[in-house]
Amino acid sequence: MAYSDKVIDHYSNPRNVGTLDKSKSNVGTGLVGAPECGDVMRLQIEVDENQVITDAKFKTFGCGSAIASSSLATEWLKGKTVDEALAIDNMEIVEELALPPVKIHCSVLAEDAIKSAINDYRVKNGLEPLVEAKSHH
Amino acid sequence: MLKFPIYLDNNATTPMDPRVLEAMLPYFTNHFGNAASRNHPFGWAAEEAVDYAREQIAALINCNPKELIFTSGATESDNLAIKGVFEMYASKGNHIITATTEHKAVLDTCKHIEKLGGQVTYLQVNSEGLINLEELEAAITDKTILISIMFGNNEVGVVQPIREIGRIAKKHGVLFFSDATQAVGKIPVDVEADGIDLMAFSGHKMYGPKGVGALYVRRKNPRVKVTAQMDGGGHERGMRSGTLNVPGIVGLGKAAEICRTDMASDTARIVAMRDRLERELLQMEESYLNGNKESRLPHVSNISFKYVEGEGLMMGVKDIAVSSGSACTSASLEPSYVLKAMGMSDDLAHSSLRFGLSRFTTDEEVDFAISHVKEAVTKLRELSPLWEMFKEGIDLDSVEWAEH
Repeated sequence: MAYSDKVIDHYSNPRNVGTLDKSKSNVGTGLVGAPECGDVMRLQIEVDENQVITDAKFKTFGCGSAIASSSLATEWLKGKTVDEALAIDNMEIVEELALPPVKIHCSVLAEDAIKSAINDYRVKNGLEPLVEAKSHH
Repeated sequence: MLKFPIYLDNNATTPMDPRVLEAMLPYFTNHFGNAASRNHPFGWAAEEAVDYAREQIAALINCNPKELIFTSGATESDNLAIKGVFEMYASKGNHIITATTEHKAVLDTCKHIEKLGGQVTYLQVNSEGLINLEELEAAITDKTILISIMFGNNEVGVVQPIREIGRIAKKHGVLFFSDATQAVGKIPVDVEADGIDLMAFSGHKMYGPKGVGALYVRRKNPRVKVTAQMDGGGHERGMRSGTLNVPGIVGLGKAAEICRTDMASDTARIVAMRDRLERELLQMEESYLNGNKESRLPHVSNISFKYVEGEGLMMGVKDIAVSSGSACTSASLEPSYVLKAMGMSDDLAHSSLRFGLSRFTTDEEVDFAISHVKEAVTKLRELSPLWEMFKEGIDLDSVEWAEH
């Protein structure tokens, strides 16, 4: 399969790889996917008192498109408010990375990871989880 | 100077030996005759070349030259052997025994036989890829006409206990067919000593050309016949019609001759490189060799790297051409059925690489492959949440995954 230059770039030089301290109350962690499906993404956000995402980190077990989708997501998350982050749609990731149809699920997973991290942050801070995960099982 | 990507997929196909090409060339142009033309020197020259190739091949597998049927390749030979025996021996029975790790050309042919009303037993293999001889013998009934067990496996290189299978087949009066595509030319194959009645192999896995193969069909003790699967001029003792592919057959013959004369020296060199590759890669944590370590082909090594995903790994090792244990044709990944049959979990099957070495592989290429794979696996593990969880001592089986 031919990968787009952007996918190759993110795969070769992934942004924001790493781990945030998940015990902190202002850190939200999303872990989505399953090993037997070939994709597991962990995406973390650190949120300040103004609801701005000051840091984002990821680790992904998956193909190049999955790695690129999550790497791109962390780039986009930094500096956004939580509400702005919620508005990120997987199709924006598909467009940016020029993902082929068979790889759209990678972008869906990245969107799920963002929402899951935000929900974790909300629950930790006494808020109701807001959103439904987009992927269906 | 290394040329990239480095070819380490020699179980898929081998490059042709230049000596083989040289032997073939005159038969495209000067000696273009039809080997079935009995009335003029053009035909005689072609027939003579084909007969010589038969002798070269017969010497490699210890058969009579007349026992070789030329085909288009191993897939056709597999089809001809299984369907041909099924039809020819219909009055004796309709039961075939094979194994779950056979090549698709055998498995799909057996599925076809089932649709025709035949009975097929698919033997399981153990975690090392070997069949159980007691199970094989127990599966034989008075309706059994054929045992079809491959010589060496194409994905993991495991060599089945062929001689013992041959003895069991003989003891019960059942024919024994072996798909020996990966074995012929690489390890000693002797149809007499091994007790094989029919055997398939192919030119392009042994440094010969694509589009040519052969089926060995025993003529004595017992005399075996297969029903032709194509109607036509009755070539190849009536078992395979169609004008002979003279240049291809000449190439197969030459390839067989070189394999016979060079096998010992080729194998010594290839095994040394394979063992070094394996030793280095297995030094990495959580890497596993797949298949039996003793009974196997000299030129293949199949290794799983836990906690990295197969497709990502393939992208990371783009400077070497290898095969992976995962066939990703669509959004859903299909792990290798051979590794699955050996009881391997999906995720470990996905993260396996098959390295296939050849006569032309060099030490420098192996050195490069070692460092390239180590680098890719290390990088992907640094990226992998599963590796981090493993390092923290989390049992991944206890995690409730949000499956998608």
